[in-house]
Order: sequence, then structure tokens, then C-alpha cells
Amino acid sequence: MRYSPSSNLGKVIGSLARMGRRYGAEWWILVAGGLIVGGIILMALLAPLLAPFDPHDQAAGPQLSPPGRAHPLGTDNLQRDVLSRIIFGARTILGVAIMAAIVTSLVGTITGLVSGFSGGVLDKILSLTMDSVYSFPGLILAVAFAAMLGPGIASITIAVAVVYIPTYFRLVRGQTLTIKEELYVEAARAIGAPPRVVLGKYIFPNVIATTVVVFTMSVGDAIMIEAALTYLGLGLPPDVVDWGMDLAMGKKFLPSGQWWLITFPGAMISLLALGFTMLGEGLAEILNPRLLER
Amino acid sequence: MKNLLRYILTRTLLTIPMLFILLTIVFVVIRVMPGDPVSAMLGGHAPDKVIEAKKVELGLNKPLLAQYGSYLLQVARLDLGGSMIFKQRVWEAIEDKLPATIELAFFGMLVTILVGVTLGAYAADHRRTGRDYAIRIYGIVIYCIPVFWLGLMFQMIFGVWLDLLPIAGRTGPRVFASTFEMTGFYILDTLLIWDLEALKDILVHLILPSLTLGLMLSGIFVRLTRANMLDVLRSDYILAAEARGLRHGKVVYKHGLMNAFVPILTMMGLQVSLLMAGAMLTETTFSWPGMGRLLLERIYLRDYPTIQGVIVVFALMVAFISLIVDVIYALVDPRVRY
Repeated sequence: MRYSPSSNLGKVIGSLARMGRRYGAEWWILVAGGLIVGGIILMALLAPLLAPFDPHDQAAGPQLSPPGRAHPLGTDNLQRDVLSRIIFGARTILGVAIMAAIVTSLVGTITGLVSGFSGGVLDKILSLTMDSVYSFPGLILAVAFAAMLGPGIASITIAVAVVYIPTYFRLVRGQTLTIKEELYVEAARAIGAPPRVVLGKYIFPNVIATTVVVFTMSVGDAIMIEAALTYLGLGLPPDVVDWGMDLAMGKKFLPSGQWWLITFPGAMISLLALGFTMLGEGLAEILNPRLLER
Repeated sequence: MKNLLRYILTRTLLTIPMLFILLTIVFVVIRVMPGDPVSAMLGGHAPDKVIEAKKVELGLNKPLLAQYGSYLLQVARLDLGGSMIFKQRVWEAIEDKLPATIELAFFGMLVTILVGVTLGAYAADHRRTGRDYAIRIYGIVIYCIPVFWLGLMFQMIFGVWLDLLPIAGRTGPRVFASTFEMTGFYILDTLLIWDLEALKDILVHLILPSLTLGLMLSGIFVRLTRANMLDVLRSDYILAAEARGLRHGKVVYKHGLMNAFVPILTMMGLQVSLLMAGAMLTETTFSWPGMGRLLLERIYLRDYPTIQGVIVVFALMVAFISLIVDVIYALVDPRVRY
């Protein structure tokens, strides 16, 4: 068969529409979320090509000029180009949020699996600890963590990761408890499979759907926590380009009417968080409709 | 009645291990993690002798386990220690910030319930219509808007452009808190001395912060109320009420919402932590003199005993509120007692 890009594109659109008919509104939420997230990731990757100025350039234009032809999103008090800072800022927030979500999902999934599978005292202690952390305001814990660890991308990643571990743990543990009672798990045990094999080959594959959904949503939440921490002035050294930090800086110029300094970074944080949340919601509805009702 | 008492007692006892774990985590974060509070406080280049003396004074030279023990004893006696920076007990610093945060959180929750529950119930009643989808989209979008940015936008629109509402603080320049401060809850205080001019000023200052905080949480409540209402509206007693010819609005909002409210109440207990986190961010945006701002100020000053004290008070508050919510739940719904 001859390769033809146009017919491939047609196939893609056709299958998208078929899926849309099959799953309804949830599918379009998933597609919209994917487009937002994909677009912003692409923007972050291509930042040097897309940005009209260097984000640190303190002579990009006049000071505090409103959005216009030369600077589509205006300039800040240090004469830097807001659009370029938005484009480069995507790298920081995406990097921190995705790294934090990876750390969280690893720790949360492993502890959740082990705790739910082994039961007994270990399960009791782990569950109680995780529930206590879960009930505590995550942001306040993250603030304390970030403050104690000192500024830096690594410490902010850890702070964001720690507060989300209990959420993962609870979901994975709950799923493990249900799957553990399934007939095929009992059969595997009956034929003498060691716990390691039961856990790895029979239980874990059934938890993956959950972790994928929670991973996507946790990136959305991690974005909000990252932005909150940097907005509060905890976390990053001043030479890092970051939306939350730009927001905190722009806040000083709000009473004098420089609206563009706060409007654009904040809108980008919302849009990115919205993209991941929609992606997660769509995936949840399609992979496991009952997951989010718990 | 006896069952209820037993439930309340068990539930109260269950709070103890939770508090214990939280206190331990606070201790680990603040004392065990790298970073030396004393040299950080003294600026890093103080002579060793001064650093050692300060450590002895604060009890930081003892082994960690001993420090942990005395820390737990201190908290058990509700003594939060003294500040490292100011000549002040930690409790004194917290005392006049706590009412500000509670006042903000209370009115924030009020906005959340009014907006979130009403919209959620309305969406469930008009399931799969344009209005339903619009409300659900509102729920997702408002959840994704960072609360501090929402606050900044409100400040810009209502404070700077329209010049309608104040954007910072709890009172205006002409109203002096010291003339009425008794409990620290300004609304209560102004009512006690019946100063309506001051009360009006305080309410005007509350509008934007509580709207910001309340709308942030309303997204979750829209979703929860809608899901619960959908279940309730499918049940037989709703059908029975409709069959008896009751007005549709009455069926939905009286028979339906009242029953959907019980699970919503439990979720409220779980959202307390989000409320507190949101309050901290709202306080920063609106220069609201509450616990969150106190925590951040002391973090910049590296005043460790106060940081620890504020977090301990947050932990106590969360534990206390979730206890209260569970007790109310048991009172409302006899099925949960054991």
C-alpha cells in the first residue's frame, strides 16, 4: 500500500469521530485537553525558536509598555518581553510538575500495592500515616518543605511530590484490595505463584489504568502547587523564568493599572492546569468510569 | 442516644493517633531535615560560641529523641514556646491572626455552599441540557484557576478599574480595630459595641477575599452536589412526591437536596484542608492579616518555633473540624452510628 499523508490524516480524523460517537462528550474533553497540553509542551520544546526575545534581555523594549505591535503581551518593569517569558516559563512549570508527578506515582503506587497486598500491621500503619497527611492542607506542608529545603528546582519538586503521595496511595491501595479478592488472583496463588509474581503479574497490570488517570490529574494539581509556591516567593532562584514568579512580580504593578503583567502568566497557569485536568477526566471516563466517584 | 455518645467518644479517640502522626511529621520537617535554624537565624557568620549558647538556650543541643519528647509534651500542654526572633510567645502571635483566618474561611465556605450547591442541584435537575453542560464546564474551569490569580483579577476589575471595593486588609483607614477589638472576630466585635459604620466597613473588606476563596472551592461542590442529586432524583420517594402532585421545585430542592446534603456534608470535612490552603493564598493576595501570612512572614525570618506553632495550630484545626463534621453527620444520619 502506498504511503499517502492525506489519506492517513483522513483516517485519523475518521477514527477520532468514531471514538467521539462511541464515548460521547468525554471523548471530546479528552481531545481538547490533549490539544491544550500538546500545544503547551510543543511551545516549551520550541521556546528558543518561538520567543521573539531572550527572556532575560533587560533591553527588549521600553519599560512597562502595554501590549502592542512590537511586544504582543507588553514588557515588564525590567524592560523584558512578557511573551518571551511566557514561552520560556512553560519549561520550568512543566518540568517541575512532570518530575514531581513521576516521583509521586512511583512512591505512591509501590507503597499502595505493597500495603494493600500485604495487609496486617504494615498496612494499618501506612494507611493511618497517609490518611493523616491527606487530611492536612497539602500546600501548607509543601510550603514548610520548600522553606526547609531552601530554594531550587529540586526542593520544589520534592515539596510538590510529597503532598500528592497519599492520594496515589489511597487509590492504588483501594484497587489492590478489590483485585486481591478476584478469582484469577486466587487461582494464581493456588497453583503456587509466589507473592512477588502475584503482585507483579496479576495485580499490577490491573492497577495501571488507575495510575494513568491519577498521573494526568496529579500533573494538573502539581502545576497549581508549583505556581502557588513560586507565587509565594518560596522555591526558585531569581534567574529562573517562571509564571508564578512573574505573577508575584506583576502584582506590585496592579494598583497602577499594568494589567498585562498579571493577566497573561495567570491565564497560562489556568490553561495548562485545565488541559491536564480535562485529559485526566476524559481518560477516567473512558478507562474506568467509576474511579472518580469514590 | 447511648449509641451516639459512644460514636462521638470513639471518633474523638480516633483523632489522637492522627494528631500524633501529624505532629511527628511537623517535627521531622522542621527539626530533622537539613538546615540549621540557629546559624540561619544569626546570619551564618556568627562565632561558634554564640551559636552554641543559642542552641543550649533553645534546647537544640539535646539528642533528637529528647527534643521530640519535650516537643510533644509542650504541645500537649498547649504551650507553643517562644519566638526566636521577637520577645513574644508564639501563641501571642497566633492569637490575633487566628480569628482573621477563621472569619475569612467561614465566609468563604458560605459562598462555596451558596454557589456550589445551588448550581450543582440546578444542573442535576436539568441533566443533559445546555445549562447542565455550562455549569459542569464552570465547575472544571473554576477548579483550575489558581485562587491567587482569581484574587488578583478581582482586585484589578473591582478594585482598580471599577474602583468599587477595597483590595487589601480587614478594615479601612478610618476604622481603627483597636477601638472595638475584643474577640478578634471583627464582625462580632462591631456588633457587640453596635458600631454599624465600622461593621459596614468590615463587611465591604470581606467581599472580595471571601468571594475569591469561596468560588475556588465551588467547583468541587458543583460536581459533588450534581452527582449526589442525580442519585437522589432517581429514587422512589422523589417519584412518589412527584406523583402526589407536589410542585417540581419543592420536590427537587426540599425532598431532593435535603437528602443529597448528607454526603455533601462529609465532603465538606475533607475540603477543610483545601479551604485552609486557599485561605493562605487568599490572605497573601489581599494582605489579610491571618495565619497564612503569619506563616510566610516567619518563614522569611526563619523563626522556627513560630513556623512550627502555626503548623501545629493548622493541624489541630483540621482535626477538630473533621471531628465536628463527623459528629454532625452522625446527628443528622442515624445510619452512621455504631
